[in-house]
Amino acid sequence: MSKISKDQVKHVANLARLAITEEEAEKYSEQLSAIIDFSEQLNELDTSNVKPTTHVLDMKNVVRKDEPKEWISKQDALKNAPDQEGGQFRVPSILD
Amino acid sequence: MSVLDLSIKELQEKLNNKEMTVTDIVQASYDRIKATDGDVQAFLTLNEEQALEQAKALDEEGIDENQFPLFGMPIGIKDNIVTKGLRTTCASQILSNLDDPLYDATVIQKLDQAKAINVGKLNMDEFAMGSSTENSSMKLTRNPWNIDYVPGGSSGGSAAAVAAGQVPFALGSDTGGSVRQPASYCGVVGMKPTYGRVSRFGLVAFASSLDQIGPLTRTVEDNARILEVIAGEDTMDSTSANVDVPKYSEALTGDVSGLKIAVPKEYFREGVDEKIQESVREALKVLEDKGAICEEVSLPHSKYAVATYYMIASSEASANLARFDGVRYGKRSEEANDMMEMFKLSRSEGFGEEVKRRIMLGTFALSSGYYDAYYKKAQQVRTLIKQDFEQIFEEYDVVIGPTAPTTAFKVGEQIDDPLTMYANDIITIPVNLAGVPGISVPCGFHPDNDMPIGLQIIGKHFDESTVYRVAHAYEQATDHHKQKPQLGGAK
Amino acid sequence: MNFETIIGLEVHVELKTKSKIFSPSPNAFGDEPNSNVNPIDLGYPGVLPVLNEEAVNYAMRAAMALNCEIATDTKFDRKNYFYPDNPKAYQISQFDQPIGENGWIEIEVNGEKKKIGITRLHLEEDAGKLTHGDDGHSLVDYNRQGTPLIEIVSEPDIRTPEEAYAYLEKLRNIIQFTGVSDVKMQEGSLRCDANLSLRPYGQEEFGVKTELKNLNSFNFVQKGLEFEEKRQEKVLRQGGEILQETRRYDEKTKETILMRVKEGSDDYRYFPEPDLIPLYIDEEWKEQVRQSIPELPDSRRTRYVNELGLDEYDAGVLTNTKEMSDFFEATIEHGADAKQVTNWLMGDISAYMNKQQIELQDLPITPEALAKMVKLIEEGTLSSKLAKKVVTELVKNGGDPEKIVKEKGLVQISDEKQLRDIITGVLDENEQSIVDYKNGKDRALGFLVGQVMKKTKGQANPPMVNKILVEEIDKR
Repeated sequence: MSKISKDQVKHVANLARLAITEEEAEKYSEQLSAIIDFSEQLNELDTSNVKPTTHVLDMKNVVRKDEPKEWISKQDALKNAPDQEGGQFRVPSILD
Repeated sequence: MSVLDLSIKELQEKLNNKEMTVTDIVQASYDRIKATDGDVQAFLTLNEEQALEQAKALDEEGIDENQFPLFGMPIGIKDNIVTKGLRTTCASQILSNLDDPLYDATVIQKLDQAKAINVGKLNMDEFAMGSSTENSSMKLTRNPWNIDYVPGGSSGGSAAAVAAGQVPFALGSDTGGSVRQPASYCGVVGMKPTYGRVSRFGLVAFASSLDQIGPLTRTVEDNARILEVIAGEDTMDSTSANVDVPKYSEALTGDVSGLKIAVPKEYFREGVDEKIQESVREALKVLEDKGAICEEVSLPHSKYAVATYYMIASSEASANLARFDGVRYGKRSEEANDMMEMFKLSRSEGFGEEVKRRIMLGTFALSSGYYDAYYKKAQQVRTLIKQDFEQIFEEYDVVIGPTAPTTAFKVGEQIDDPLTMYANDIITIPVNLAGVPGISVPCGFHPDNDMPIGLQIIGKHFDESTVYRVAHAYEQATDHHKQKPQLGGAK
Repeated sequence: MNFETIIGLEVHVELKTKSKIFSPSPNAFGDEPNSNVNPIDLGYPGVLPVLNEEAVNYAMRAAMALNCEIATDTKFDRKNYFYPDNPKAYQISQFDQPIGENGWIEIEVNGEKKKIGITRLHLEEDAGKLTHGDDGHSLVDYNRQGTPLIEIVSEPDIRTPEEAYAYLEKLRNIIQFTGVSDVKMQEGSLRCDANLSLRPYGQEEFGVKTELKNLNSFNFVQKGLEFEEKRQEKVLRQGGEILQETRRYDEKTKETILMRVKEGSDDYRYFPEPDLIPLYIDEEWKEQVRQSIPELPDSRRTRYVNELGLDEYDAGVLTNTKEMSDFFEATIEHGADAKQVTNWLMGDISAYMNKQQIELQDLPITPEALAKMVKLIEEGTLSSKLAKKVVTELVKNGGDPEKIVKEKGLVQISDEKQLRDIITGVLDENEQSIVDYKNGKDRALGFLVGQVMKKTKGQANPPMVNKILVEEIDKR
């Protein structure tokens, strides 16, 4: 049985920038462990010589020309900003 | 007989003969929504004012319908497809204030050019994560066949709206079955095209290597007509393929004689409802009667598909959903006093249960020390699953099985157990992993609950034509697609 | 026990393509905040990246100029981390298949040449810019988001802060010549992080390294490393332990200051970017890029010495920047003498540039004008002394040297009859000086030359004045 500990859950939550309570950590620990256990079945397969699939179609070299294009206005860029100041996005600072 | 029961072809004829105006059609759609959406709850945002204005403009211009394949046709759009000037939320609180996402998805631009009319945005599982639309943070969509039941998901709003006759067509998105499974649950036609067939530009990404937009319609022919419009290479999507788009609607010949159908034994195993198996076998007989040849085959890696899918999709999702951080758009927590709190609180308040669970799973699978064991392993098994299909398609034209192991279930019945929920997608998922096209067409009703059953037809890469041809031949030989749910205001 | 210093440098260089690497926004420096952004740069829901071909070409060009092997199969990966200047919360970068690997450059310190290895060069997107305010808030400008960036990682071959300085100078020099970047540290188009560790001589294993960030000039890189070298040595000698930490160099106190201690390694959760198709760079593509690389500074320097007869030092100065080297070559192409041109470029023109803090390309002087001026000197129309006035005019206002010479009356008087008349007049007025000269006081001759120059406002041809003066004195 693989088990994802509460500490691991908290570490992962921090990487994913999710705030979780003790109870949630407990719950995630159980649920993620169950899913991970379920996925252990993949280890039945020997994949040592199998190439991983990132792209399901065999394509190469999709590029565009170096041509600048105007698209949205500066006003639009800031249109949905939760907070802004002087044409810039405003965010709380890092706590020292 | 309602205006909205007509096919695209029939509607266009009526427009041509001046028996009807575009405004009549669009107005009928809104009337129907008003009459039924109290029960169905399919729509999140209506585009009424603009849609009626557009309808009026089209009526006045009287543009040649032959030039514009979807002239005046009302369509509903899943809320994870970006619409300029129209709120786009993915049914998530974190985007609940995104009233103008600044641009139109490529499919929206294409529908616009074809002169289709966007009626509104449809409910879904939050960020397309779910199989019942119960994970929407906005509202609970019901199955028009019985409102105690879920419509399936994640494109539950799209399937329910089409089944309820609110719109004749809708767009959904399919990452692990999210078009086909709700189509099956709601008794409509749902197509997941080949990966790369339809541009993903403007589809809010869930799992980038699996996501595809697809149409939901009442008939196969309508479905083919919509895909003709939205498919094709897009310079804004590097993964869209440079492959010509045939006239799918012209492939609907009704002829399946000599067609070789592979029937994977894995799709008729434990967990797949007996009555559904029977319905599918009957459907195969219908096709055999029309001259097709059915043979049992094996797709040996099918049973690994669910685990493979959850690793890959969750990992990609964990990165795709990281941009929702409260900085540039969307909701920022009001409690945040510093940068870290802004990130953590905004995301924790803004995302629902299931979304957080998958972000956690994906973050774990990619994290240092686990990448090879989980993410990379899943990508390797994905290769094996893809090869299963490649081998089958060397000999067969299509693969046929059920769309889902069960019919729709009752609201609240499954939501608490993630692994049970995930098992709903067991037959649809391999199709996304292999990148091949798959369609769900109605194939009867379950005797126990009278809920619709779906037949899944899977084709080769970029061979949607054959998939449509088989689906159409089957549809025309049966009358399942003519059945309509009894809802307030029906008939 | 004596310690050996090991230094590694990580250099980021912005590529000056017209548009960004994954979006068609203009790639420009210094515009109003958030004016060069689109939904892709802002990481809006649903957007997708599409790779700018020129960014790949530029990265390849830089990699080739740094003697890297170019990958045939390469791809992009997502590097995941949250920060307000990183709009998708992942940076599209390259993890395990960088476009260039195993390169090197040659540096020279105190007359000794040394090869410094380059581990890898990869292509990625730049982030936006976060400005920290003092009211508990910061501001984000995404103009820079998506600027194509190459990251160049050196092998741990550098042994002294001085070598680090030379490496950076050389790197900047080479990349500048390839034309793919402005490489201006003050504009951020070249940025540098350094790491340093010590180990007892003879020990193979590396010591724990500290990383220096926010280094705003090559000079500060060197100063910061010098401080860090001493600091670590002191800690080790006192039996202390070096912690894996990030420090910054404080320009006022000239010390490095702890920013944060690293706990384990960062977990960026790299994985292949599903939205971008892998690149296959065949020989034809590589060759095409190779052809586009202009002659690099080392080759030019050698050529200036061997073919144009310049000395090593002058050739080095001329090839220090591409502008200077290009200007030099254009000037001699107009037929001017290489040594003369070198003198003017390294003398009066460079002096003016330094004084005014202005770049050569921003001066109105053209290679053609400089070539013409040098010719006027060779022809004797212009004296070297008066030429200084012409150059001053050329660097300030530009123009045609011939016109300037005429308009300002700077044409040299070389007419013998005219000069003889003037000289006769001067001698008539200064009989005492003739006596002095004849009595062996050579200085008297200099005085007389000065008088002639004064009368001609400096326009008299000096060798002729000398010659005629002696002749006329002899006659008396």
